[in-house]
Amino acid sequence: MIPDWLLTTLVRAFAVGTPLLWAALGEIYAERSGVVNLGVEGMMILGAFFAFAVAHTTGEPVIGLLAAAAAGGVAASLHAFVAVTLRGNQYVSGLALAMLGLGLAGVLGRGWEGIPLENALPEISPLNVMGLLLAAVLWFLLYHTRVGLIIRSTGEFPAAVNTVGTSVTLVRYACVILGGLLAGVAGGFLSVAYRPSWTEGMTGGMGWIAIAIAIFAGWDPLKAVWGALLFGALFFLSFRLQTWIAPEILRMMPFAFTILVLAATARSRHGQAAPDALGIPYESEQR
Amino acid sequence: MRRLGPLLIERDPVPSASWVLLVSVGAVVAALIAAAGVFWAFGINPLTAYAAILTGTLNTRAAPEIFRQAVPLLLCGVGLIVAFRAQFWNIGAEGQLLMGAVGATAVALFAPLPAPALIPTMLAAGFLCGALWGVLPAVLRLRLDVNEVITTLMMNYIALFFVGWLIHGPWKGQESFGFAYTDTFPRAAWLPLIGGTRVNWIGLALGVMLAGGLAFLLARTRMGFEIRVLGQNAAAARYAGIDPLRTALGAMMISAGAAGLAGVSEVAGIHHKLLAPDQVSLGYGYAGIIVAWLARGSPLAAILTAVFLGLIYSSGDVVKVSLQMPFRVTDIFNGLILMFLIGSERLLPYRLRWAAERPAGSQAGRDPMVPPRPDTPASRGDGPVRGQEGGR
Repeated sequence: MIPDWLLTTLVRAFAVGTPLLWAALGEIYAERSGVVNLGVEGMMILGAFFAFAVAHTTGEPVIGLLAAAAAGGVAASLHAFVAVTLRGNQYVSGLALAMLGLGLAGVLGRGWEGIPLENALPEISPLNVMGLLLAAVLWFLLYHTRVGLIIRSTGEFPAAVNTVGTSVTLVRYACVILGGLLAGVAGGFLSVAYRPSWTEGMTGGMGWIAIAIAIFAGWDPLKAVWGALLFGALFFLSFRLQTWIAPEILRMMPFAFTILVLAATARSRHGQAAPDALGIPYESEQR
Repeated sequence: MRRLGPLLIERDPVPSASWVLLVSVGAVVAALIAAAGVFWAFGINPLTAYAAILTGTLNTRAAPEIFRQAVPLLLCGVGLIVAFRAQFWNIGAEGQLLMGAVGATAVALFAPLPAPALIPTMLAAGFLCGALWGVLPAVLRLRLDVNEVITTLMMNYIALFFVGWLIHGPWKGQESFGFAYTDTFPRAAWLPLIGGTRVNWIGLALGVMLAGGLAFLLARTRMGFEIRVLGQNAAAARYAGIDPLRTALGAMMISAGAAGLAGVSEVAGIHHKLLAPDQVSLGYGYAGIIVAWLARGSPLAAILTAVFLGLIYSSGDVVKVSLQMPFRVTDIFNGLILMFLIGSERLLPYRLRWAAERPAGSQAGRDPMVPPRPDTPASRGDGPVRGQEGGR
């Protein structure tokens, strides 16, 4: 029999892991198409704010989540415009997006803090299961369909995709925006289901950890499920163990562990290296 | 080459300084126009808002505050320039700053030193603690190819919670009720301020000296040469016998140490105690990235760009006090400025010329029709360039 505490931990890890999973899946698609988006933290916090504000105003948490997706998508398209169309530095553009998202959510969210959310979603809801389904669907799409082949090729060798008449720009826009939609929902989950309220900075670094999960999952949507569960468990434990260990030390844990996992899996990831064209703007030959 | 009214748009792989300046200023102005939307959303006329910011920051009483904010920004920014020139994406200045503050606090509160030795020791300890905080990401990147953007960011969060732990736990001060902070430093550990302002002149002098010193280091020394070669072409650097680990580690330790000094300057110059991390640094480590980027890799230019970012920061106070909006508005300014700067880099390899001046293509030595090689931005050698660091 599974002991009670283990079951609780697993269920709670699943709950905390859900936003990590959604955001990581989005980042995996963006990076598979060759675009790093470091703005996940910013897209998530915008999602969290808009989900809460809309859910509170309409009384419908699901509409809140749709608004969160839209906010994430709009933020991501800004990054796509700079990184793909203007061929700017993707790393810095993503950082700028993170700053902008945190700033905007902080400014717009003033006055929304401390308001409880009526009819919030439960912590374990269809959304969590949908995350697992989404991972399976995105995995199938990536590895077993023509669309997936095009996405992977765009990240590995965009010139080839261009040769067969598919627009690199279009593929990259689609993937980056998909990443934004998912990151938005991830943030929305935090504010309408996990902790039904709005607090400035409530994503607390989850966006960065989602990016790390994408990396050590080897950009594989199914492996990201394990990563999200693992970090979900760590986040849960960092709340649970506060009776024995100082909360600040516990809250360091997921971040320290990220470095540890990235270092430990660095060697084994050589088989599953980053997409070749990751971070490199694509310049078509003809001008 | 294209025609735009009376102007010709030509390619120019080596943009002139004035063109770079024009594009940068244009990007900043465009970002501020975009930020106007935020004021509008709050029901404040953006023109009124910017007028209030200008009159609120650029007056004799408030102007020193710009320089007070510029000190940590300059220290973080010049350091970041060195790391970026080595193509090392140090996003961890925020954490390195905090660790510098921790080092200085440890000396100020616990070291049994004679008063005159206190400040120099604090500066050294701050530099060292910051620099050490940068070692792990550098080693992981060079030995195991672990992406440094992620690791330096994670180190920021670790430093943040570490400071939180110190002030709530072992270093919690006697007189702190409600709010957590350490005991106040002894007077001998306070950095002297320029009369009537909150600008500590030691921090300011260190920043300016560091800018000059690092400009010299990058341009004239063997180490600077190695950093530049490593940044422009890692394969060539290895071929030339440059040890990538030693060079990048050196660049990173300078970068992280400078951010550590910013931490010393904040706790010893302003607060005189270690307090909550979001009060020790108002995001100077992240804003330092903009200082470095706007300076296009030139440590001396960072003096100007740090003052500009100082202006943005001091506008945060004006926004808070006279417009009743959150200080966070500065994050929106910062994010938009950085975003527009990156976007506008597309314009750099072009230039505008009067069409009537001369027939195109007749200039000696340069054929405007020849597009620059794809690696032109890197070979331009003026600092933070496009990320060609694809692999991780």
